Amino acid sequence: MSLESMLVVAAVLFCIGLYGALARRNFIAVLMSIELMFNGVNLTLVAMGHWLIPYLARYGVQETLSGVLTGQVFAVFIITVAAAEIALGLGIVFAMFRTNESVDLTDAAAMRH
Amino acid sequence: MGAEWFKDVVFWALAVVAIAGALGVVMVRDLFRAALLLATVFVAVGGFYVLMNAEFLAVVQILIYVGAIAVLFIFGVMLTRDVQQGNAPNRLQIPAGIVSALLLAAMIFTAVTTDWRELADVGLEGKYQAAQTQAVGIMDKGDAEQLTTGSGLSGKEVKSVAEGGLADLLVGEFVLPFEAVSLLLLAAAIGGLALARGRGR
Repeated sequence: MSLESMLVVAAVLFCIGLYGALARRNFIAVLMSIELMFNGVNLTLVAMGHWLIPYLARYGVQETLSGVLTGQVFAVFIITVAAAEIALGLGIVFAMFRTNESVDLTDAAAMRH
Repeated sequence: MGAEWFKDVVFWALAVVAIAGALGVVMVRDLFRAALLLATVFVAVGGFYVLMNAEFLAVVQILIYVGAIAVLFIFGVMLTRDVQQGNAPNRLQIPAGIVSALLLAAMIFTAVTTDWRELADVGLEGKYQAAQTQAVGIMDKGDAEQLTTGSGLSGKEVKSVAEGGLADLLVGEFVLPFEAVSLLLLAAAIGGLALARGRGR
């Protein structure tokens, strides 16, 4: 367990999410993939705070002591934004399902009706 | 140390669960199973947070991601179930795979080849030069390996997390984004209601 291995795991999560977001046809599957990407980013932020910032602090940089937690603060904000995004995204899914009878994104390139 | 060995085992077990679950989310055809696998990935990521001494974040992860977002997904899948199509891929499958693989290669290359210790030193150049040279003298040999072998937080910093350092930051330095995010949540909740309710009713 090190900064590098954690960053690699986060990168793998992010890229799997990217692939899913680009290559899936189902709207809900795309939203799930975007959540995977959010989780990869959060892991990176917290890992940087956990390993890199304390290293800076060890050299006598007092301000960065709060930097350990700054990564976690940003992760909290990202989680909040993700929750908001899902609330809106599922609202759009239901609206689309009502008008189109499907949640297929290739059928819904134009968000009309 | 025994604790480090145990942490390594837990880390790699969680990594396998998270990556296998994530692959399942994008590969499995049944969307309901994909949603359950997504919840598994969220739990594994919560485990990573515990390993990185971010216990509050781990609790938030379980409460919000597993408790709210995964359940919302399951509701969404059940209400709009598309039995014929399932989790079908579109025509962009191969380009998307190439783009993701290239990005992954670039990110892994960067993460592995960057000398994070040196980066930390460069960040200090000039401004904290004096403090740096002073601190190098006191630095014991274990410090040099600390960055790559885990346990980044010293006892004092762990204490600051437990004392509510995160809360201090949220309502102190980051109070403006905090309030903005609360407004965003309100707007998103109203927007979600309006969208799901539909027109003319």
